[in-house]
Amino acid sequence: MADNKFAAYICSGCGLGDKLDIKTLEKIAQKEGKMQVVKSHPFLCNAEGVQTINDDIANEAVTHVCIAACSRRAKTEAFHFPTVAMSRANLREGVLWIVAAGEAHDEVRQEMANDYVRMGCAELKKMKLPAGNPDKAQNKRILVVGGGMSGLTAALDAADAGYETVIVEKQGQLGGWATKLWKRVPFKAPYAEPQDTGLAALVAKIAAHPLIKVHLNSSLAETAGAPGRFTVKIAQESGAVTDETVGAIVQATGFTGYDIAKLPELGGGQANVVDQAGLEALAIAANGGAIKRADGKEVKAVVFVQCAGQRGHGGNGSGQHLEYCSGHCCATSIKQAMYFKDQNPDIDTVVMYSDLRVPGMGEDFYRSAQEKGVIFTKAKVTAVSGGDACKVGFKDLILDEDSSIDADLVVLATGQVPSAGVELDAWTELTAAADGGSDEAKQKIVVMNKASVLNLTYRQGPDLPQFKYGFADSHFICFPYETRRTGIYAAGPVRRPMDILQATEDATGAALKAIQAVENASLGRAAHPRSGDLSYPLVRLEGCTQCKRCTVECPFGAIDEDEKRFPVFNEQRCRRCGTCMGACPVRVISFDNYSVDTVGSQIKAVDMPDEFSERPRILILACENDAYPALDMAGLSRTVYSAFVRIIPVRCLGSVNTIWITDALNSGFDGVMMMGCKKGDDYQCHFVKGSELAHYRMSKIGDTLTQLGLEPERVVTQEVAITDNQRVVTLINDYVAQINELGMSPMKGFN
Amino acid sequence: MSYQNNFLKEVEERVEEGHMVKMCMQCGVCAGSCPFGPDWEHSPQKIFMMIRAGKREEVLGSDSMFMCTSCYNCIVRCPRELPITHIMHGLANYAHRIGMAPKGQPTRVFATMFWNNLTKKGRVNELTLTLGLYFKDGLVSGIKTAFGMQSIGLGMLLAKRLNPMEIFGGHGLKDLKGFHAIVAKAKEIEDRKKGFTA
Repeated sequence: MADNKFAAYICSGCGLGDKLDIKTLEKIAQKEGKMQVVKSHPFLCNAEGVQTINDDIANEAVTHVCIAACSRRAKTEAFHFPTVAMSRANLREGVLWIVAAGEAHDEVRQEMANDYVRMGCAELKKMKLPAGNPDKAQNKRILVVGGGMSGLTAALDAADAGYETVIVEKQGQLGGWATKLWKRVPFKAPYAEPQDTGLAALVAKIAAHPLIKVHLNSSLAETAGAPGRFTVKIAQESGAVTDETVGAIVQATGFTGYDIAKLPELGGGQANVVDQAGLEALAIAANGGAIKRADGKEVKAVVFVQCAGQRGHGGNGSGQHLEYCSGHCCATSIKQAMYFKDQNPDIDTVVMYSDLRVPGMGEDFYRSAQEKGVIFTKAKVTAVSGGDACKVGFKDLILDEDSSIDADLVVLATGQVPSAGVELDAWTELTAAADGGSDEAKQKIVVMNKASVLNLTYRQGPDLPQFKYGFADSHFICFPYETRRTGIYAAGPVRRPMDILQATEDATGAALKAIQAVENASLGRAAHPRSGDLSYPLVRLEGCTQCKRCTVECPFGAIDEDEKRFPVFNEQRCRRCGTCMGACPVRVISFDNYSVDTVGSQIKAVDMPDEFSERPRILILACENDAYPALDMAGLSRTVYSAFVRIIPVRCLGSVNTIWITDALNSGFDGVMMMGCKKGDDYQCHFVKGSELAHYRMSKIGDTLTQLGLEPERVVTQEVAITDNQRVVTLINDYVAQINELGMSPMKGFN
Repeated sequence: MSYQNNFLKEVEERVEEGHMVKMCMQCGVCAGSCPFGPDWEHSPQKIFMMIRAGKREEVLGSDSMFMCTSCYNCIVRCPRELPITHIMHGLANYAHRIGMAPKGQPTRVFATMFWNNLTKKGRVNELTLTLGLYFKDGLVSGIKTAFGMQSIGLGMLLAKRLNPMEIFGGHGLKDLKGFHAIVAKAKEIEDRKKGFTA
């Protein structure tokens, strides 16, 4: 490879030239930034400006480009130079638009711009153009675990898109829950009548599809590898094992119904008290005729009890049973009441609900049931007795009185329990105990591994990490199908409670994600959310101390261990968040274009005014996913914030290595503020755990600061959402005021 | 039997707009919108729930429907577009027809008096209607009320807004026989539709 040649291009458009001394910036880029080529342009992002840069790349062999213009999030199409490494100095959103107007502020404005140019150049010096993972994984087949409505839809969609697909189904037939249904809730206009499940047609399409292979009576005995190179052992009930290699996996393992035997207070376990699945069985047996109970008696009056053992009001209201709403049960009960009404309008059907929730077009379906004469009663059911003459005791919440009702059959609308496999926290605990020699733990692990769905050979456990209530962890809004194991996508009720329509939509989404993963893996790129990123973690193993922090803290289970307990990076599983880089105490993990050095050198490049200047310097490490856009938007709305801050975007707060904090304080920064996403159960962190880990790491830094004679307030961590464009300003200004009160850092002037 | 279809069906068949009762989704907007809300024993929301709960005696014996002032707030606001005001009047009428409406309920008494007065001659005789109202609770209270109102009565007399001769029956429609036939036919049709035998 030819020698590196560094170039800086400074834009004077958008008013930058009016307020900033571009000549000074050029001089800084040249003298301090050591840029070999320095040019300014009045309109850098227009065709002519971009051509200048392209010409230099082509003719002057420029390999590294620093663009000092607008935010790195702006003009990305104009400033797209895939053959060179690039840094961006944010003079527009970061300086021009946020520093107060007027000559009084000219000096601080120029100082800020000078620093950003220094930082851009310093970063560039440490960057390399990422070449992409040379270990390209080429398998593009897609494995679908679970042959229910979600799984079949995912398989069909993937196969129709031209990807070979393998379905693994535990049962002897395809269809899953849908095989147990007489009809399904309508999914087409006018949303008024129960519809055929459409399962037979779907199964026929699957059977006829040349790209789909089906394994029945099978489960996964082992799953190893990474996106683009998974190897799975498919074990048949008979014991035979088939090996398959696939590129990505869709886990559509669905749910089981909550066991009504756990609801004795609602008559669970008694005769003629059934769950919704039980009623479907009776309806299938009736085959369109009068629905009869198990004892053969024709049902003339039926009561549906909604939220049975759900939403914290399972019968006794003690908060036991399921805490959540399963979403489909109201519409399902409406459908089932119609089974009766359609067959004989004189049958009394009463639905007892506390809140009737019919998402989607369910309101039309609800209305249709009312027209058919189904009675809906807002009530809290207090007792159910089964037997020949069932009785439901309840409190009518509209009439505010206790009452009871007789029925031939009581249907409990119980919830969905996800089949997401083994809970990893429990697994980790048992593994530790087993490693410690506990025989009991060893036996328990054997049982647990049998219950596992995927049987991953990952160091971090055999299944997907679970969220609250046992659903596969994924972000409800931002990335619903992306689980915390790259290349494995959850679809359907395994990730949140839902009905068939939602599950099949989910399946399409998950299939698309799987395709994205295999395509990116085949090109040596990151799958998502940094889709297409060519950088990948590089580790200098000779410096590794085997502390295991990277393997434990990686939110995506990308890092295994070899026999000598060194980390083994599976780049295809990696999402390039840099959490491992932030975790590594000896700093041996880096990316070509993002490393401890690229950020560290920016910190050190800032020109530090002396102790008596009354110009504090505050470093802000801002998550590039939410906090940095929020800061950009503050600039867009011309909201003024302190010109004493220097902002560096980071891939994720999880990638913040504590050495940066130390470096910043040592070089005289008066405060360091980190801005990351919301953490906790309702996290908004794009890398799930990054923000949480950063908060945890920083909580430990206070003692170190005290030892250095610094106030703990000099390092703070904030949770910021992308919509917080006004709040970030308040946070910054308040913090600057706080630092002013604390006084300048005593560390200034030591270097 | 409670929470069964019997009474709901009866309401559907025999009460004006009664078929819409089952479409109520119990949101309570009508109850919250009613300017007389606090003065009713049962809000429309409750009346509808009571119908579904099969509380026939309570619903038809309730005086709540008679409290409706026809302001139409509920109709305007009902998200399910139930003609609530009409259903209230329908229920009141039905309860009255089958003799279950509360005895002596002032609205019911006045409405009956008004109807009887109107259908006699095809015109409302204001003098007899007013006097009838004054004396509905007996001679003594009637005389008391009449005395209390005498200045208004004299004022109306002087302004020629009140003809004392109307007390002897007053004037009526030209074709009174035809009018009575129309009313009788209308009643016959309504009775047939709603299943009244009488």
